[in-house]
Amino acid sequence: MNVLLDNFPAFRDGFIGTVSITAVSSVIALVLGIVIAGFRVSPVPPLRFFGTAWVTLLRNTPLTLLFLVATFVVPEILFPGMSPFVLASLALGFYTSSFVCEAVRSGIGTVPLGQAEAARSLGMSFFQTLQMIVLPQATRTVIAPLSSIIIALTKNSAIAGAFSVTELFGWQKTLSDRGYGIAPIFLWVALGYLVITFAISGVFRLVERRMEVAR
Amino acid sequence: MSASVLYDAPGPKAVVRNRIYAVIGSVAILALLVVSIMRLADKGDLAGGMWDIFNYAGIRQNIADALVATLKAFGLAAVGSIVLGLVLVVGRLSDHRPIRWLATAFIELFRSIPLLITIYAIWVGFLTDYSMWALALGLSIYNGCVQAEVLRAGINSVPKGQREAAYALGLNKTQVMVSVLLPQAIRAMLPTIISQLVVTLKDTSLGYIILYPELLATARLIAANTPVDGQYPYVSTIVVIGVIYIAMCLLLSALATWIEKRGRRARTSITVAPAAQPVTPSEITAPPAAD
Repeated sequence: MNVLLDNFPAFRDGFIGTVSITAVSSVIALVLGIVIAGFRVSPVPPLRFFGTAWVTLLRNTPLTLLFLVATFVVPEILFPGMSPFVLASLALGFYTSSFVCEAVRSGIGTVPLGQAEAARSLGMSFFQTLQMIVLPQATRTVIAPLSSIIIALTKNSAIAGAFSVTELFGWQKTLSDRGYGIAPIFLWVALGYLVITFAISGVFRLVERRMEVAR
Repeated sequence: MSASVLYDAPGPKAVVRNRIYAVIGSVAILALLVVSIMRLADKGDLAGGMWDIFNYAGIRQNIADALVATLKAFGLAAVGSIVLGLVLVVGRLSDHRPIRWLATAFIELFRSIPLLITIYAIWVGFLTDYSMWALALGLSIYNGCVQAEVLRAGINSVPKGQREAAYALGLNKTQVMVSVLLPQAIRAMLPTIISQLVVTLKDTSLGYIILYPELLATARLIAANTPVDGQYPYVSTIVVIGVIYIAMCLLLSALATWIEKRGRRARTSITVAPAAQPVTPSEITAPPAAD
């Protein structure tokens, strides 16, 4: 208990850091993931190829390596002096986007073919079909996997702490360097992550229940 | 292609439109690539000297040693996680409530804590001088919990009649588990188990943070210690190490896919799970998940 009370401001900053990097990289991952999923289901071969390459590459690279890429390669291409927070969010977001893409793609795949055929035979245009028939049904199946992806992202964000972003792992590291016992630190950090992941899964369950359709 | 929900077999107009999109898309992607490469080249990150460092015997030896170190940690973690997974799943399905409760609590706790936090705590708390064992133990605990859930899904996928028949033959609980349920569960889940091993392999790179000299740590050391014309060869080292990682992971994934295809060919009542490509651990959905 003392560990927490003595260092509460640091712990709070770490907690807020984890929440904010999770939030920022979730947004990056969702936007990118949906765009890439769009590429992968499009009728345009080069875009499909790009989507496949993207997913294969990012899924088979360790996230820690992506953090190295973000730290040493990205500033060379864009501009030097980007903050560690931005770079870490980019690494996390890009990595997770490949999982989001696959979830969205398989969600679109679960919509029965007949639904779209029926929509077409009613004379709906491509965008009408997408907007009124396919996407609403796909969204519902995608929510559960998305929730686990975002929770995995939260856990993965711990690596950012090793790349000088203020978050909970950094707190664990600093305090154990200062000589506090590792067991209480571990418990508090674990509790911090549990709170965040429970909150995320709670929100997603809420959304899922709202979107549920009685069949 | 015509089996897509989203679009019909394209007519002549759509074909033309798709070609235009294809051209625009390829140009945009290529432009991005070319600009990135030119930017890197401008800064001298791709100069010949940056790649020459890989001709030194010493650096090659370093990379080989690091590869061995990575594979060592991976091997230990793979065996450890599968053994722990078996123990945990047996505990989780036990008839004794305290054991079941303990196993469930263990799985839920360590599955929801970031692996890095666990590894670091083990390293600082118990195994400061043995970073390889700290890494292997952390990986085993985390992935063991995931493997246990995978195996549980596998056991639940064995048709109920199998268990009933085994009990009817007079086998006891242990015999039913060991000789009837687990073999079929493992067979059904083999692709997923191997996919999880891919995750384990990728996560060995966390050893870098606890100073274990694996591939990534060595990459960083090489890049920081062999300046070429006053510049550090981070880009070339990252490319080389990245290729090694991706090749290893793709090989393992290919194994999973191959086993999945073989499993589908066999005609049994057991359905072999799809080789989920490297899934994020919590993404594995146990069909009748309790949570």
